[in-house]
Amino acid sequence: MSGSNTIKTEDLAAGDLVARCRDALGEGARMQFMYAWFPEGPMAPELRYVVHPGRTCPPRLWRCRPGDVPPPSLAAIAPLLSWYERETTDLCGVVFRDQPLPQPLVLLPGTRSDRPPLVPGPMPHLSYTPSPEDLPQLAGTTPEDVQLLPFGPIRADVLESVQFAFLYAGEAILHYQPQLFFKHRGMEQRFEGLAPALAAVLAERVSGIGSVAHALAYCHAVEAAADCEVPRRATWLRVLLAELERIYNHLHYLGNLCHTTTLKVGEAQGKYLEESAKQLNTAVSGSRLLRGLITPGGLRREPQLAGLAAGLAWLENEFQRYADRLAATTSHLDRLMSTGVLPPQVAFDQGATGPVERASGLDRDSRRDQSYGAYAELPPGVAIAESCDAYARQQVRIAELFNSIAIIRAVLAGLPDGPLRTECRPPPRSEGLGWAETPRGTAYYAVHLDADGRLARVKIKSPSFSNWRVFPYTVHDSNMMDYAINEASFGLTVSGCAR
Amino acid sequence: MTLKATVPWTVFGLTQGKVTTRWRGKGAEPGQTAFLGMPRFDPDRCRDGCRECADACLPGAIKLVPGEDRERLSVDYGRCVVCQMCVEACPTGAFASSNDWAFGTGAREDLIWRRAAASPEGVGLKREIRRVFGRSLHIRHVDAGSCNGCESELQALNNPYYNLHRLGVFFTASPRFADLLLVTGPVTYAMRGPLLETFEAMPEPRFVMAAGTCAVSGGTNGGGYACGNGLGGVLPVDMYLPGCPPNPPAIIHALLMLLQRTPQRVRGGQLDSCDSTAGEPYA
Repeated sequence: MSGSNTIKTEDLAAGDLVARCRDALGEGARMQFMYAWFPEGPMAPELRYVVHPGRTCPPRLWRCRPGDVPPPSLAAIAPLLSWYERETTDLCGVVFRDQPLPQPLVLLPGTRSDRPPLVPGPMPHLSYTPSPEDLPQLAGTTPEDVQLLPFGPIRADVLESVQFAFLYAGEAILHYQPQLFFKHRGMEQRFEGLAPALAAVLAERVSGIGSVAHALAYCHAVEAAADCEVPRRATWLRVLLAELERIYNHLHYLGNLCHTTTLKVGEAQGKYLEESAKQLNTAVSGSRLLRGLITPGGLRREPQLAGLAAGLAWLENEFQRYADRLAATTSHLDRLMSTGVLPPQVAFDQGATGPVERASGLDRDSRRDQSYGAYAELPPGVAIAESCDAYARQQVRIAELFNSIAIIRAVLAGLPDGPLRTECRPPPRSEGLGWAETPRGTAYYAVHLDADGRLARVKIKSPSFSNWRVFPYTVHDSNMMDYAINEASFGLTVSGCAR
Repeated sequence: MTLKATVPWTVFGLTQGKVTTRWRGKGAEPGQTAFLGMPRFDPDRCRDGCRECADACLPGAIKLVPGEDRERLSVDYGRCVVCQMCVEACPTGAFASSNDWAFGTGAREDLIWRRAAASPEGVGLKREIRRVFGRSLHIRHVDAGSCNGCESELQALNNPYYNLHRLGVFFTASPRFADLLLVTGPVTYAMRGPLLETFEAMPEPRFVMAAGTCAVSGGTNGGGYACGNGLGGVLPVDMYLPGCPPNPPAIIHALLMLLQRTPQRVRGGQLDSCDSTAGEPYA
């Protein structure tokens, strides 16, 4: 299904990478992500590039062993690869020739590691002496008018840790730079050496509010490696869980967006509906974050579906009223319209994914375009908006929420009987690529197994890593009063990005 | 009542009625009854030499340790991420899923399973907080590398259902105003410094709560090259609350316990009986 066994893989010489990348982009391809791993020991990295030749094409893999010569950076042609290259330099020690911004990305300035952390070998030792970020020098007639506002990593309210640097003059933000990796936990390394079935528990804990989709993308990768066909009933129930995850996430998103536009009752109502959705999750799965069900080969146990149809009907009715009220609240809409405009070309080139890219008019959704599991049988409606602003991003989420309810209803109406789980043991030295559409966009997992059938390398491409890269393009040259609204309209997580 | 979408939000809000739970921290809570908490452990059902549960426990909450004559299981709920893998792996039902979530404790050792008869009274709180703060509490939260699951539940505390404010408990932006430092995450190398600075910025007396299994012990995510193993050895902890994530009632229970407005319920890794004071509202 989503396996490397069916994915076209090509070996490329390092010298061919630039030309091939240029050709592919010219034909409308998008580079999805790249990573390195070490199949032949710590001295011989192998680079992997995951490419989407066209919107609806299955991904293709490029494999490159650069040997002793530094591989060329592709960042100048495919900008979204820049962060992956810098991460690969930080964590795998591979340096890219002509990388336009060779500063560390994932390891904070002032971090020293005695060895690159993901190179096979003993546990690396990190030492850290905080040192200031590199910020651009702003020129101009009155540079003394430009002020620096460092904000975070600990921010007001209950929020994830992240640090922002604003260079601003009065209300105008001239330059914005986030430091996203205070929360870097080394999650990819935590997978190494684990048995594939047990590691699904870990995949659920990479990004807590994307537990289902992360576990799903991980399991798809393992199932691809094992060439395992998941029973039909399990694929339908996985769709149900994934859409329940989208519902509570999008409700939280709307409540939080109302918080930033100071629509207090709207915030309370959104968060009340989110709570109701989480309680539905609990009734279905025993977990408010829908954890503990998804496993390689299917599901661990039957979800409890009694009461779900009634709960969903109530939620849909309440949500309809809520969405109608938001659509009639001009004070709220005024703050969203024309705020944080992300042009389609920037969204495409910089790698925006999920509702963020769909709100910039890019009609892409892996549930439909690289269909997996039961989505071929349960085609999802894909919501698009064209205005590219915070309003568009809200509208896409509202439409997706209704779509999710419709999909769950279709699952409940046609749920096939049969087993829930099948044996799934990826053979030694196998590998697989899997993906799933989280509420924030597409997550990919690439897994490689060692000679004992345990995980040797797991690469996580999370949607927030992509969307955080895009976000600053909407902040430069905007104003302070819109910042919080713009950030909320992206609906980002730091944990998924930092891993 | 159906109102037009153009009716002001205030009117809409008033017509919605009260949704706040009356929940009392004892027995069944509405909305939490199907919640799978810490699996209960009954070693009398164990088979000799069986280690299925320990092999299925990713965070190492269940371990085999040398006993007097043979190996025995050690169960540390401070490491449990409620994944229920042990329940599925156990061939004899020695681990059983439960609704037990009120696992807040003032002492780390209360989270380690001990035979009930041999369990002394729970160690409880080390310090008298009520004398200091009365019934109110201001919290500074610090995310020291969570997966965002704990934040999702902490943010839920302020939704209309739990409405934490009604209990006199508030989140505050400045550590200068904070009585309690509430920490989530296993403490990454980069967050350790800002975390310690926050603690230093708090006026005394100050209290620390480790919320979620990562902050209590590192959980599944701790260790490795970038993370510590929770708050142990980093800050003096007054309240441990494992859970992955702890659900909002568990967090509220732990906060009220800290204010001595409700008793600790976990001793030797087991909850007390829910029946004795069921239905009593919080003092």
